[in-house]
Amino acid sequence: MSIIPAPISRFFHKTASPPHFYALADKLIPWLTVLFLLLLIPGLYGGLVMAPADYQQGDSYRIIYIHVPAAWMSLFIYVLMAIMGGIALVWRIKLAEVMLISSAPIGAGFTFIALVTGSLWGKPMWGTWWVWDARLTSELILLFLYLGVTSLYGAIEDKRDAARAVSILALVGVVNIPIIHYSVEWWNTLHQGPTVSKMDKPSIHISMLIPLLLMAVAFKVYYAIAVLQAAKLQLLKREASAQWVKSLLEKPQ
Amino acid sequence: MSLTQAVWAIIRRDLLLAFRRRAEMANPLLFFVMVVTLFPLAVGAQANLLQAMAPGVIWVSALLAALLSLDGLFRSDFEDGSLEQLLLSPHPLSVLILGKIFSHWLVTGLPLLLVAPLLALFLGLPEKAMPTLWLTLILATPMLSLIGAIGVALTVGLRRGGMILSLLVLPLYIPVLIFASSAVDRATSGLPVTAQINILMAMLLLALVLTPLPTAAALKMSVN
Amino acid sequence: MEEAIQSGLEITDLSCSRDDRTLFSGLSFTVHPGQVLLLEGSNGSGKTTVLRTLCGFREADAGEIRWAGQSIKESSFFADMAYVGHADGIKKELTVLENLRFGLALSRPGHYSIEQALKKVQLAGYDDNLVQTLSAGQKRRLSLARLLIIHSILWILDEPFTSLDKQGIELIETLIDAHVNQGGMVILTSHHDLSLPYTRLQRIHLNSCH
Repeated sequence: MSIIPAPISRFFHKTASPPHFYALADKLIPWLTVLFLLLLIPGLYGGLVMAPADYQQGDSYRIIYIHVPAAWMSLFIYVLMAIMGGIALVWRIKLAEVMLISSAPIGAGFTFIALVTGSLWGKPMWGTWWVWDARLTSELILLFLYLGVTSLYGAIEDKRDAARAVSILALVGVVNIPIIHYSVEWWNTLHQGPTVSKMDKPSIHISMLIPLLLMAVAFKVYYAIAVLQAAKLQLLKREASAQWVKSLLEKPQ
Repeated sequence: MSLTQAVWAIIRRDLLLAFRRRAEMANPLLFFVMVVTLFPLAVGAQANLLQAMAPGVIWVSALLAALLSLDGLFRSDFEDGSLEQLLLSPHPLSVLILGKIFSHWLVTGLPLLLVAPLLALFLGLPEKAMPTLWLTLILATPMLSLIGAIGVALTVGLRRGGMILSLLVLPLYIPVLIFASSAVDRATSGLPVTAQINILMAMLLLALVLTPLPTAAALKMSVN
Repeated sequence: MEEAIQSGLEITDLSCSRDDRTLFSGLSFTVHPGQVLLLEGSNGSGKTTVLRTLCGFREADAGEIRWAGQSIKESSFFADMAYVGHADGIKKELTVLENLRFGLALSRPGHYSIEQALKKVQLAGYDDNLVQTLSAGQKRRLSLARLLIIHSILWILDEPFTSLDKQGIELIETLIDAHVNQGGMVILTSHHDLSLPYTRLQRIHLNSCH
C-alpha cells in the first residue's frame, strides 16, 4: 500500500466503493451500448458482406470474424481475472472480487464460442468436426480452467472465502496458461507433423483486416457491458443489507 | 525450535502416520496397477498397439493415481485440527507445507517407481525405455504432489471436494503429462530424450518455488 | 521483551460478520498478564469466531488487535500464544509422547518438560499409549498438556471443559490459575463458570445479534 501515493490510493478506494461504482456503471452502460452497436454493425457488414471471399476457403472463412475475436477475448478475460485476483488478495478491494467473479462466466462463454466456431470451421476445412489442433486444444483446456473457477466459487458457501479461493486459483491459472500453451503447441508439432494451422496469420488483405479489428474492439466493449451488468447484480446480492442498497430499492423507478 | 527441525518433525510424523495407516496408503498404488490392466482388456491385446500406447497409458494412470491420493494430503489434518496448529506455528507455513508434500510424495509417488517394471511387463514396453520411465517418474511425480497440493488446499474445507479437485488439478497436470509421456515414447524408439528431461527438470524447479505460496494462502482460506 | 508484554493483548472495535450477518461489532477489551478473560454468550453469539479472529484464522471486518503494544503481524504474537480449539489437533494414530514431541517441534520449549507436563495433567505412564485408546477426557487433558510444554504466554481455549468430569475441570482450573499466577494470560469460552478470584477474572458477554 505504501508504494502507492495517497491521492491515487484514495481515488481507487472511492471509485471502488460499491455505491459509487454502482452509480458509475449505471451511467456507463448506455454509452457503451451505443459504442458497441457502432462497432458491431460496420464490423459485421464489412466482414460478412464487403470483404472478398477467400480464394481457397470461399465464404466459410468468414467465421473468423466471430472466432478470432472470441478466442482473443477468452485469453484476455482470464488475464484480467488474474489481475483482479491479485488486487483482491493484496488490497482486499471488494470490487475486484466482484469483477473477478462476474468475468468468469463471460470468459467461459467466449471460450465456448471460440471452440464451437473453431469446430464449425474445421468441418469444411478438414471434413471433421474436431481436430486436435494446438489452438483448439489450448482453448479447450482454457475452458476447463474457467469451469474450475466458476465451480469452485459455487462450491464454497461463504462468498468472501470463495472470492479469495478463486483469486488464488486465477493467479495459479494465469501462470500456467503460457506453460500449457507452449507444451500443447510442442505436443502438436510432435505428434501431427507440421500441419498448416488454420489460425495462423497469413498476409491478410486490408479489407478483411479492418472488419476483424472492428469486431475485436466490439467484443471488448460487449465484455465491458456484460461485466458491469453482472457486477451490479453481484454487488446487490453481496451488499443486500447495506444502507445504499436499501435506499436504492426504495427509490421509485 | 528451528525451522529445519520443524520440517523434519513434520516429515517424520507424516511418514509415521502413513506407516500406521499403511492399508490406506496402498490404495492409490493398487488403483494405478488396475487402471493399467484395464487398457489391454479394453483395446485388445495386440502387442504393437499396446507398446505404442504404453507411455500414454502409464502416465494417464499415474496422473489419476496421484489425483486419488491427493485427498490424504491435508484431509485428516484439517479434520482433527492439526492444520490450525500448523498455521499458528511461528514458522512460515509455505516451508512447513513443503515438508508435508515431501512426505506425501515419498509415500505415494515413490512407490510408483517400484511398480513401473510390472507395467512395462504388462504393456510390452522395451527394456531400454525403463531408465527413462524411472527418470520421468522421479522428476514428474513430485510435481503432481506439488501442483495437486494447491487444489487440495482450495477444496479441503468442502464436503464434496473430490469432483472439483479433479477439475482444478487435471488441466494443470497437462504439461507434465505431455513431456513425461513423450520422453518415454521417444525412449522406446531409442531417440534421445534430453530435451524432455531438461524441461521436466525446469518445471520441477519452478513448481518447487511457485506452488508453496498459493498452497499456504489457500490453506489459510480453508481453515477460516 | 517482558516489559513489552506488560501491555498484554488489546482489542479495539473488533467486528466480524458472516454472509451479511453481523456476529459482533465494536468489541473492545484488554487482557493483561495475570488475567483471565471469560467470553460468555449463547450459542451462535460468535464466541468461537472471536477466538478464531484472534488466532488469525478469520479476518476481522474492522478493528485492531495489538500484542505487546504492536499490531500482531509485527509482534511475536504467534510465538507467544497457544490455542486449543474444538478439534484438539491430536493425532489418534500416534502415541501420547509422539504427539507432544511433534507439538514441541513446531514451537519453542516452555516451562515444563514433557514428563512434568504429563504428570501435571495426570497422564503420567501413558507415554506410549496410542491416543485412540484414551478416553475423551484424557484426550482433552493431553491437548492441554501441549500448552505446558511449549512456550506460551497467552492461552486461547475454546470450551476447554467439554468432555471433562468434575476432577478434570478442577485440574484445568488449577492449571489456568497456575499459568496466570506466573504472569500468563488466558482467554476462554465456556458454559461452565470459573471459580477464580474476580480480581483475576474478566467477563465479557456477547449479545446475540438476532
